[in-house]
Amino acid sequence: MRRLLIAIPYLWLLALFIVPFVIVFKISLSDLAVAIPPYTPTLDIAEGWAGFKAFLAELDFENYIWLTEDALYWKAYLSSLKIAVISTLLTLLVGYPIAYGMARAPEEWRAMLFMLVILPFWTSFLIRVYSWMGILSQEGYLNQVLLWIGVINEPLVILNTNIAVYIGIVYTYLPFMILPIYAALEKLDISLLEAAEDLGCSRFSAFWLVTIPLSKQGIIAGSFLVFIPTIGEFVIPSLLGGSRTLMIGKVLWEEFFSNRDWPVASAVAVVLLLILIIPIVLFQRNEQKQREADQ
Amino acid sequence: MRRMTWFNVTSLTFGFAFLYLPMVILIIFSFNESKLVTVWAGFSTKWYGEVLRNTAFLDAAWVTVKVAFLSSCLATILGTMTAIVMVRAGRFRGRTLFSGMIYAPMVMPEVITGLSLLLLFISLGMDRGVFTIVLAHTTFAMCYVSVVVSSRLVSFDQSLEEAALDLGCSPVQAFRLVTLPIIAPAVISGWLLAFTLSLDDLVIASFTSGPSATTLPMKIWSSVRLGVSPEINALSTIMILVVAIGVITASLINKRNVMRQRREEEAADKLA
Repeated sequence: MRRLLIAIPYLWLLALFIVPFVIVFKISLSDLAVAIPPYTPTLDIAEGWAGFKAFLAELDFENYIWLTEDALYWKAYLSSLKIAVISTLLTLLVGYPIAYGMARAPEEWRAMLFMLVILPFWTSFLIRVYSWMGILSQEGYLNQVLLWIGVINEPLVILNTNIAVYIGIVYTYLPFMILPIYAALEKLDISLLEAAEDLGCSRFSAFWLVTIPLSKQGIIAGSFLVFIPTIGEFVIPSLLGGSRTLMIGKVLWEEFFSNRDWPVASAVAVVLLLILIIPIVLFQRNEQKQREADQ
Repeated sequence: MRRMTWFNVTSLTFGFAFLYLPMVILIIFSFNESKLVTVWAGFSTKWYGEVLRNTAFLDAAWVTVKVAFLSSCLATILGTMTAIVMVRAGRFRGRTLFSGMIYAPMVMPEVITGLSLLLLFISLGMDRGVFTIVLAHTTFAMCYVSVVVSSRLVSFDQSLEEAALDLGCSPVQAFRLVTLPIIAPAVISGWLLAFTLSLDDLVIASFTSGPSATTLPMKIWSSVRLGVSPEINALSTIMILVVAIGVITASLINKRNVMRQRREEEAADKLA
């Protein structure tokens, strides 16, 4: 009974999560071919051991070498990292005051405010990104408003630039930043701040010396939750970014769907995974520490 | 309690305006008469008519709902099993790998998950369509369900289960009669989460579906690439409305259940 209970989800995840990665790795070592499926070699079980050896002999790291030779790929990796870092910082800047305001709001409001932050989670990601296209375009609502106020004389070009990508990322990932920071700030004992102020701290230095360090865990968790998925982001750079916005998720998609180069797409995926392992492990450690601290 | 400072009020106002304004604008302009989305030309519901007459959208919506329903049911069953294993099964071989496999899909970029599953389906020679999307969605949604359910499993009093076992219940009976009713709200919200995750997914569905099955996000994607259109605004409004009604109803039901449970617990305390 217990065995069966463990075995069913275990085998499911092995078959549909681990095995696919093994296949991706294998195909990343293969060569592009004009065939169905479009790569060689394919393993033929009927040929037995000799066939397997021949199959192994044909695998090589050519695609990975290719990734280092063509500037497109490492530029895309670097630019994804850069975009992820900048947008994580921006999300923190926008999200922290909101989380702070929520934690300081009267208690009877908090459940409502919490619900208001969660609700966008449930609405379609695609629609939320799409809604910015109408706002940021050349004849969009933002430019209309700015021209009408008279701040600018010429419409700004925002859509199809990296600025639009940053706005889109901050907008869609904001709840991921707000929630952990809010959770940390809500636990914070206000009397600590009062003590700091009694002891002669100014409001600001009390905030800097007490509030920020005590919400550190929330800041770290929120930053990882924004940073990790942003690196592989595809929808936002494709809809809001321009042709010059390089992100590795977009490169992978195009390599696969437009160029139909499955081996290179697989190699791109493997390298992306290797890059992501570091932040994911750091994030897990942080969560672990948090859990131990709570107990 | 401290009074709200002007700073907190401003940051909340601006923050929530930022979160909600784009969607409000989208909803308002879905009622725009003009084909030009950025110019207001009077109130009209004609784009809603267009959406409801567009059979391509309706077909895609049907595929999406089918996929979401099947995958969320499967994900709920598997995810609940996973949660029970994680919280109650104690030590077993390969536990670390198991917990890794639960958390990893949640942080994995969708392009990688999609690509790897597609390559699996191809090497197995499977025909791609509704079935393969269901398999893919179940796999990542079950991880979310297991997280939601295990947080509830951790927090409730395990002695209730032990009491049921002592009183002669089989483990299955104890689960059905004691554990399941207690974790039911978490299981339901897990199901809802799985359902909306599946409704929403573009990237994984694009990789794992074949020519026979197009989901609504895929359909929206291909028309959105060409720019903003009033029809998509109307369709988006309908989707936002459906989700909002669903989430609000669910939270009301949940609130009522919590209240009832609290009343029952108080009554039980009085008796004791």
